[in-house]
Amino acid sequence: MNPVRAGVQGKTTAVGVYPGYAVLLILLLAYPWVASGFWTVQVGAYSLILGIISLSLMFLAGYGGVVSLAQLTIAGCAGYMLAIHGVNSAGLGLGWPWWAAVPMAIVIATLMATLIGLISVRTEGIYTIMITLAIAVAFFYFTRQNYTVFNGFTGFAGVEPPPLFGINWRDAMPFYYLCLTVAVLCYSLVLYLGRSNFGIAMQAIRDNPRRMSTLGFSVNTHRVLAYTIAGFVAALGGVLSVWFNGRISPGSISTGPVIDILIIAVVGGLSRPIGPFLGALVFVLLENFAIDLIDRDRFNTVIGVAFLAMVLFSPDGLLGLWEKLKPRLVPRREGSAGT
Amino acid sequence: MKLFLLTLLNGLTLAALYFLVASGFTLVFGLMRNVNLAHGSLYLLGAYIGYDVADFSGSWFLGVAAGFVSMAAAGLLLQVLVFRHMEGQDLRQTLVTIGISIVLADLMLAIWGGTTYQFEPPEWLYGATRMPLVRAYPTYRLALLGTAVVIGIALWLFLNRTRVGMMIRAGVDDREMLSATGINVHLVFAITFAIGAGLAGFAGVVGGTALSIAPGEDVRYLLASLVVVIVGGMGSVAGAAIGALLIGLAEQFGLAYSPTYGVVYTFLIMVLVLAVRPQGIMGKKA
Repeated sequence: MNPVRAGVQGKTTAVGVYPGYAVLLILLLAYPWVASGFWTVQVGAYSLILGIISLSLMFLAGYGGVVSLAQLTIAGCAGYMLAIHGVNSAGLGLGWPWWAAVPMAIVIATLMATLIGLISVRTEGIYTIMITLAIAVAFFYFTRQNYTVFNGFTGFAGVEPPPLFGINWRDAMPFYYLCLTVAVLCYSLVLYLGRSNFGIAMQAIRDNPRRMSTLGFSVNTHRVLAYTIAGFVAALGGVLSVWFNGRISPGSISTGPVIDILIIAVVGGLSRPIGPFLGALVFVLLENFAIDLIDRDRFNTVIGVAFLAMVLFSPDGLLGLWEKLKPRLVPRREGSAGT
Repeated sequence: MKLFLLTLLNGLTLAALYFLVASGFTLVFGLMRNVNLAHGSLYLLGAYIGYDVADFSGSWFLGVAAGFVSMAAAGLLLQVLVFRHMEGQDLRQTLVTIGISIVLADLMLAIWGGTTYQFEPPEWLYGATRMPLVRAYPTYRLALLGTAVVIGIALWLFLNRTRVGMMIRAGVDDREMLSATGINVHLVFAITFAIGAGLAGFAGVVGGTALSIAPGEDVRYLLASLVVVIVGGMGSVAGAAIGALLIGLAEQFGLAYSPTYGVVYTFLIMVLVLAVRPQGIMGKKA
């Protein structure tokens, strides 16, 4: 059904991969010590946040074959719930302390994800895209029109991470490490789930729902659970995102950003959890430096054309390109070829 | 009572507009399984081109024709150059239409800017018509309502009474069998896509006259098309009419009686239909 299918199944013998992980982790940990504040937060932390939200889409699409456009909506819901329950400068929040507001936001957003799952499992394939897009756009219009709860067009500002252990988490380095920690946890979760019984069942359902249903697996239950898990990951990203921006408004969850998440996941590649992070990094770099190449206002044309080129020529995004190039660059080792 | 009637009329005209946009969307989807997420962009692009032509020639009707013809041509090009090469790859086609809509939206912003444009329809369509109970209602909106009914009937006749229409319906039911009977399916696809896209452009000019044209309208009408065909059933023109009626009325009544929760009604209708009839009111089982 989709380009997503390749990959994933192989690559389970992890022994050969660990050195790569260690090097990557050390590089990521050392990064803020050599990078400036701009590079640490605007590029580093921002890529990680977008990566986490796109990772939730990768989990759904890569393992489950379910392409949902509502992942950013769930992240946005978490952001809104945090602003509403916690403290914001509009003076409209309930003023809960962070240890109550953050879990509340994540729980509500995860519930919303489950609800979206329950609605959209009744459809398949491209229908799912349509339903989730409709949900995403409807939520955007709803937040913009609704002043009693969502404060309409202006949204909420002044949502900040709480000072904890005497550290100001809005500072570049702590915030980067916060994002990195969450990203590593989410990445490990997705990787672990992908190899668990549940993940294997998901992948089997993606490849042949009818056969799995005959074997006695409940296709819909698996899919809804996948929505819930992906929603949890997206909610974490949403909380970080609202702390990163300090504010949330309907503009943060409009169609543009919603589609951006899809672009990031597709450009990065949907077959492995690292793809979305790659895509996010490229996206953020383009967003920041496309101004130098062309007019800033035409950023969307650049990203749109890049996305089109990716969809037309490399169905599995950057990961697919890498898989194609690898045999030429790296001399073949025995048993190292993944897929 | 007067508010109720006015809201009813507003809902009907909005439904007429939604029907015009969504019928093209559902036609293309039904035959080609192509979710054309650039449909909203075609609506807006048709409106802009129609505006320029109407402005240049001074004739609103030329503008309407330009909106239809230019988008029909664009649809033809899209089908021949892009979608024909990825038949059967639903997801990829959908992603491509998303890419196209992003680029188009940005290019339109570059060319026409962020200003709102207002059409000037001919004199006799402008102004108000006296009506019982609500006293007066904009003539243009009544004309829009009439146009949608005429287009709807014309589409129905085209699909049910002509040879090409028969081919299209056969294609909706079974693409392979149609091509096995010796019919050039690609030609049928191209015609359908041209009509669908042309209807979007047509609706752009007609709807842009009733309301206005501005950036962001593409998303609005894409959402409308999506919800209308999800509710009405994908691939069915009658379903598009029913869906458009439900959504148009729900939106206007929501706006009139509970402004901040208007969208919720639209959403609830969609969820309700999905829960009871996942394939949509007039849809066939996939």
